[in-house]
Amino acid sequence: MRDVVIIGIGQTPVGEHWDKSLRHLGHDAVMAAMADAGIETAGALYVGNMLSGQLTGQEHLGALIADFVGLRGIEALKIEAACGSGAAALRVGVMAVASGMHDVVLACGVEKMTDTIGGVTTAALATAADQEYEVSQGISFAGLNALLMRRYMHEFGMKHEAFAGFTVNAHRNGAHNPYAMFQSPVSEAAYLKAGMIADPINLLDSSPVCDGAACVVLAPADRFRDRARARVLASAVATDCLAMHDRRDPLALDAVALSSQRAYAQARVTPADIHLFEVHDAFSIMSALSLEAAGFAPRGAGVRLAMDGEIAIGGRIPISTMGGLKARGHPVGATGVYQVVELVQQLTGQAGANQVGGAALGMAQNIGGSGATVITHILSAI
Amino acid sequence: MSIPRNWRTRQQRYSLKAEVCNTCGNTIFPPRDVCPHCAEQKQSWTNLSGRGEVYSYTTMYNAPSGFEEYTPYTMALVKLSEGPMLTAQLTDVDGNGVAIGMPVEMVTRKLTQDGDEGQILYGYKFRPLLRQAV
Ligand SMILES: [Zn+2]
Repeated sequence: MRDVVIIGIGQTPVGEHWDKSLRHLGHDAVMAAMADAGIETAGALYVGNMLSGQLTGQEHLGALIADFVGLRGIEALKIEAACGSGAAALRVGVMAVASGMHDVVLACGVEKMTDTIGGVTTAALATAADQEYEVSQGISFAGLNALLMRRYMHEFGMKHEAFAGFTVNAHRNGAHNPYAMFQSPVSEAAYLKAGMIADPINLLDSSPVCDGAACVVLAPADRFRDRARARVLASAVATDCLAMHDRRDPLALDAVALSSQRAYAQARVTPADIHLFEVHDAFSIMSALSLEAAGFAPRGAGVRLAMDGEIAIGGRIPISTMGGLKARGHPVGATGVYQVVELVQQLTGQAGANQVGGAALGMAQNIGGSGATVITHILSAI
Repeated sequence: MSIPRNWRTRQQRYSLKAEVCNTCGNTIFPPRDVCPHCAEQKQSWTNLSGRGEVYSYTTMYNAPSGFEEYTPYTMALVKLSEGPMLTAQLTDVDGNGVAIGMPVEMVTRKLTQDGDEGQILYGYKFRPLLRQAV
């Protein structure tokens, strides 16, 4: 297999893009990434997206976006793995380049969530869960995470306010990311007062509904050494059952552990070597459980990393360094690509006020559903 | 949910019809062709007691479409006494009385309705156990 590098990145601001359709968002990210890489064409385009069929009534995004960016004729496919679709598209791109099937590959994530009203979007997001035995009972995605959070608080004797650090950290970092949906800090007091969605999960525990697109350009290291911005050391996927209630232990996130271990083995690193971790913080509880399952904290101690400031830039394991899913935003099928774009910014010293000093090794983890698909990428500086 | 899809799962939603694995002996709900515990394929039908306890719960204030009119309502993960866990609404509770570990039993209730003229979807919910088993 060939070593794979990233030679260009592109992203649109995350937010409510009333003036832009799905195809325009995808276009903006792909064109920005191609310009950044200095390329005119590509062998293939993989589009990560979860909700276009449900919220836009549009499938077939591979051909749609390839044509829209002037690449009519190339190989182009939509890749879906619920909220993990973005990283899934990247994973397919990495396989295509590593195998020698293609040289230059575009991996784009795009999502348009704000053309529909709340209940419709909530129901669409819930299709990541088991329709027949979870969703049909009236549970939402926030509700599933609330079940996890309540159980966690019960097992480890923790109060809701213990999670405040995840929200405060994400919004502090989002404040300095010009592409973030929310660019102002949030206080612990504001966190404690936020409206309930599914008790104990409140508005500031959750990531927002939004639009956005991001893209990276992948290429073989040996032929693009001069343009390489970061090296892809690991690309790993693991799965678990769709329904949370079928898990061996709902608080254990087995697929996070498996995906992380596969990635560490590929990259020949341990958690202690990782300088920053773009975690899938769709809900505060996911940050805590991911830090634990990925090996950064023992079981029940993930929240302590937030309480002790260890997740801040300058801490032991900075997370959500550009705002994470909460503050940058979570345009679901695009999120996994945003995470990797941000890793490249960090590894090339382009993260501005959010720069992690000496960042040479970064990890991004994108999760589909409540933990059924977990995709981990580890990147190193050149 | 479409009428045939609803019909296909009726035995599970009305009476918690489950399976026991002939190889490893675990109870499986909902039924599936391959045992999730040992990956063998032979199972026998079994009926569940409908009793269990609350593993976790949440009060829903933002509901998915089809459930908006019922907010706030309480959802739970229920650990059945035979082993499997399932996701269900709690009924006959006021939000404050619910606790992790609370014994509950299955009842059949209306879950939702497909618009004003569509089918009414019935299924299991769980309420606090009325009589302790002897
Ligand atoms: Zn078995």
